[in-house]
Amino acid sequence: MAWLGHFNYWIFVFLMMAGFYTVIARGNLIKKIVGLNIFQTSVFLLYITMGKVAGGTAPIVPEGGSEGVVYSNPIPHVLILTAIVVGVATTALGLALIVRINEAYGTIEEDEIQDIEESGDKKERAT
Amino acid sequence: MRHHLVLRVVAKLLIPLIMLFALYVQFHGDYGPGGGFQAGVIFGSAFILYALIFGLENAEKVVPSAYLIALVSAGLLLYAGVGFAAMYLGGNFLDYGVLAGDFIAGQHLGILLVELGVGITVAAVMIVIFFAFAGRGEGDDEEEDDAANDADPVQDLASDSSRKA
Amino acid sequence: MVIAVAIVRMHNLFAAVMLSGIYSLLMASIFVILDAVDVAFTEAAVGAGISTVLMLGTLSLTTSREKIHVRPSIIPLIVVIATGGMLLYGASGMPEFNNPDAPIHQHVAPRYINVSPVEVGVPNMVTSVLASYRGYDTLGELTVIFTAGVGVMLLLGRRRRVKKDPVASSDNTAKNDPDAPEKNAATPEVST
Repeated sequence: MAWLGHFNYWIFVFLMMAGFYTVIARGNLIKKIVGLNIFQTSVFLLYITMGKVAGGTAPIVPEGGSEGVVYSNPIPHVLILTAIVVGVATTALGLALIVRINEAYGTIEEDEIQDIEESGDKKERAT
Repeated sequence: MRHHLVLRVVAKLLIPLIMLFALYVQFHGDYGPGGGFQAGVIFGSAFILYALIFGLENAEKVVPSAYLIALVSAGLLLYAGVGFAAMYLGGNFLDYGVLAGDFIAGQHLGILLVELGVGITVAAVMIVIFFAFAGRGEGDDEEEDDAANDADPVQDLASDSSRKA
Repeated sequence: MVIAVAIVRMHNLFAAVMLSGIYSLLMASIFVILDAVDVAFTEAAVGAGISTVLMLGTLSLTTSREKIHVRPSIIPLIVVIATGGMLLYGASGMPEFNNPDAPIHQHVAPRYINVSPVEVGVPNMVTSVLASYRGYDTLGELTVIFTAGVGVMLLLGRRRRVKKDPVASSDNTAKNDPDAPEKNAATPEVST
């Protein structure tokens, strides 16, 4: 298996799984958001490594014209630029929701919130 | 108090440099790395730094909320307006070539206006989000804790950026 | 990678947030090495700056330690390892790193690289693609940022400060928070 040529995929999968594990296994909501950020950054890394060309340079045309210059692919850069900004928008909204959840329930641990929700449901069904 | 004095003096030196660097990044996005988003975020960071060090009330006197909300919408309207102007002048939506006499000049003008709109909206949204978070705290203690904890990452970034400029 | 594992394991949230800032900075440096200067710029400004500040703000408004679980859960670990295995198996068929003959460099990219200095006249190819060739996508992205700003304003509309501000009384973002009476009624129930 030509695994040495694929080592960027190994790193990407490792980071993605680390973020994925943080999102599903940790109960604290802020930890989940940090894990989501790690997940997103690993996807960016995948796209950028796929866009790199050996011996290439940044995709900006130098002063004297572009004869014989090898560029790295600019299209993944554009996609990732958009994705980073969308990621920060998502993070900001998620953190705002966490602040409101904290004010409504008094905690930001997932299982405690679920207990409060269930006891609230039982009280409603009892009355 | 000496702690706060050092922060205030350094911030007064750095904030104009940060804004200048943001403007540089905005308008040189064509010739080097940069563009609307980066410039908007850096410009927003300058105001966030000011709010962190000098307090939220002072920051709200500098940029009143009514203007901020107007700016948030103004950038997006500018972008869409450029697209519609291109349609009025005969081309497709967001076809920059018809904006000026020459095709290349039209492209340059279109890209400049569009990146300006992006930069304005991104900067205003960053400031609005920070003001919303900071205004939610219970009292002045929260903000002082934030000032002691948060000043370092933003300031390191800012000093790196100003050294680059 | 070490930092990612450290973030997963740490229970002190403040340290986890700081580590995520360092992680963003390292990612930005890696992007520079991979010739993606615009992306590195944005990632450094956004990840190491704004994200860290907002997370610290959230931490100051909530708690700062994570609860330690008594029984470790094994099912998420199995799910993660299974998904990772499947992804690696799929990735073995993809083109190698640094290869200029990969399919993504073949179709649209050469046209952009060759034609963009002539057609658009802007040296930075990323800006020309972002603002001119794919300008409609950038409009959508700007709308996403706008929506996030509006959403945060609605969620965390400012409470009225003690000092009456003549300028602030002219704007209309949730002056008298309509949720405030409900919220004060809800919290005593939760604390019992």
